[in-house]
Amino acid sequence: MPTALGALLLVMGGLVQSGILGQYYLTVIMTMGIFIILSASLNLVNGYMGEFSCGHAGFMAVGAYASSVAGIFLFVPDKVFGQPWLPMSMTPLAFPLILAVGFVAAALAGVIVAIPSFKTRGDYLAVITLAAGYIIKSAIENIDAVGGPRGFMGMNKVIGGMNEVLDIPWMFFWIFLGVVFTIWILRRFVYSTYGKGIMAIHQDEVAAEIMSVNTNRMKLIAFMLSSGLAGLAGGLYAYLFSFVNPGSFTILRSTECLVMVYLGGMGSLSGSILSAMLYCLLLEFLKPVLDYLQLSQTIKWVIIPLGLILLMQFRPEGIMGNRELSDIFPKLKRYYRFK
Amino acid sequence: MLETVIQQALNALQLGSYYSLIALGYCLVYGVLLLINFAHGDIFMVGAYIAFFAATFIMGQHAFIPANVSPLAQIACTGFFAIILTASAAYIIGRVTREGFRQTRAFKLLIGGLFVLFSLLVYFLGKGFVLPKGADRWVVMGATVPLTMLLTAAVGIFIERVAYRPLRQKGANRLYVVITALMMGIILEYGNLSALGASRIPFPPLIKTAIFEIAGVTVTNLKLISIGVAFAVFGLLQWIVTRTKLGMAMRAVSYDKFAVPLMGIPLDIIIVFTFFLGSSMAGLAGMLYAMNFPVLDPFMGALVGWKAFVAAVVGGIGDIRGAFVGGFLLAILEIVVAAVFSSELRDLISFTILLGILTMKPTGLFGTAKTTKI
Repeated sequence: MPTALGALLLVMGGLVQSGILGQYYLTVIMTMGIFIILSASLNLVNGYMGEFSCGHAGFMAVGAYASSVAGIFLFVPDKVFGQPWLPMSMTPLAFPLILAVGFVAAALAGVIVAIPSFKTRGDYLAVITLAAGYIIKSAIENIDAVGGPRGFMGMNKVIGGMNEVLDIPWMFFWIFLGVVFTIWILRRFVYSTYGKGIMAIHQDEVAAEIMSVNTNRMKLIAFMLSSGLAGLAGGLYAYLFSFVNPGSFTILRSTECLVMVYLGGMGSLSGSILSAMLYCLLLEFLKPVLDYLQLSQTIKWVIIPLGLILLMQFRPEGIMGNRELSDIFPKLKRYYRFK
Repeated sequence: MLETVIQQALNALQLGSYYSLIALGYCLVYGVLLLINFAHGDIFMVGAYIAFFAATFIMGQHAFIPANVSPLAQIACTGFFAIILTASAAYIIGRVTREGFRQTRAFKLLIGGLFVLFSLLVYFLGKGFVLPKGADRWVVMGATVPLTMLLTAAVGIFIERVAYRPLRQKGANRLYVVITALMMGIILEYGNLSALGASRIPFPPLIKTAIFEIAGVTVTNLKLISIGVAFAVFGLLQWIVTRTKLGMAMRAVSYDKFAVPLMGIPLDIIIVFTFFLGSSMAGLAGMLYAMNFPVLDPFMGALVGWKAFVAAVVGGIGDIRGAFVGGFLLAILEIVVAAVFSSELRDLISFTILLGILTMKPTGLFGTAKTTKI
């Protein structure tokens, strides 16, 4: 598996570097990668654990802002955060650290959802997650140091620093690594005893508790991991577009995550990956169609929720249901070993 | 100092009356169906827009039939609207009358007569209903209120019919219904944005604003109307739920959804009635809100609806008294926060309260905890 992934990275990197893959396609692919991280991480809570979290965008916002601030703080002279601590040439080495800051911050924010989830379930928990999303957005809007509602920028200087060291498409590289890391850790997690515990909570929480599953601990870990990965996606998002504002992390972003999870199928990692790619392609396809029909682009936000409603009505188990790709095509198992 | 306090208390009462009116709708639907109708805040927004179109139509500023087209086109337009109206009337009549009535001759004659009536009505009213000059604004208001309430209720019932009922009949997981409700709200917001554009619409002044000044405290008549309406609606709903047969049926549905059809209570009609009550109150709240803060935009429902939901949870969702008191409590709290700290922190604080209550005491002030059997 590592060889195949390395080869894929090399081929894609080569295509990008030689300019065969244009900037537009590159951006689409990178957005796709971020969406894969988002949908796979939300699937841990909504699919495997069977809870209903719809504040994923809030954790993404925490990660985005934390990584942006970390990057600016370390490398870029700024009015608020003072002189840089490290020289620009350190950026390629320190970038994983910056992303890790986003991960940790978002995981800590996940605790504010995890603790109420000890007692509440179902639609009340859904309300809590929604409220958490609003609280995070509203809190960021009230912090003036990161620009409040106006947004926060300057991350492209860090990317510029990386490009000075070595001129390769760095963001593509990092997003690729992020996606691989996410899928690797989620797969390891789901197939470990922790994952079994989480699936037991999905089946029946009371029975799981009787069977000596420490449900509170499981929930805490699942929520923290899920929101931490959302924070990773947020950090990558912030550096990809080098601009973040609270307006990009509203309920609409959470809706996108939900659509991807339920389209792919609850409790199916490969389903999440497939649906994220499909969803991204559909979105890109929708833009010219709406333009051609001379309709307003906001109709997108009528079509996406409508799609989710239809999904709920007619095929709530999504494309893959509870299965993985390798369950449908068992021969695939021969080609990889995930360790 | 005392004047400021009384003035702020009045403001809180006014704000609280909108929260309460919307929270009552959340509460009724939750009480009967155990469903958090997330689209309710957006039904409030739709109510405000319907009030705008109803009022301008009655005042003769908008018309169904454009006046500057040929007579043939006008007749075609009339036919179109008359057919829609007749079809919906036929559907309703067919549903409420006994089985087999649809096959009788009397039914066909009735529908034919209705079609003629609707055509005439649309043709003469459709060019714009022009009130005589100097007609009292109270007449406009009196016609707008029932029209708004009915049409908003129709929107609510429509959503119930197309989105919630199929899921309920399939016996789907409750989370699917919650997702559907959440998505319905987004569809209403963005459907409105796409249809009417992003520009904000000014709401016409329906009645003349009168300002009373009593001992340094200023009150407008609109403010008093809002507060009065909220109390009246609360009384009405409380009466319906506790004293009438329909209310008894609603309570029965909330008590045991599976035994109720066996007792000969038509479950679907009770649910539709619940949505009718909730949505028409949201429509009324939308209209009152638009009269007091006369700017409409597609996202006005989202935040107010959320606040109303917080209010319903504070009071204990599922109890009418709780929702009513919760609305006023939240409004008082918001006004105090805005006065002491800053008004930007209002949303943050109210959502934090929601989180706190759901974590500590999920049943709210008036609710009672339910025990689950394992």
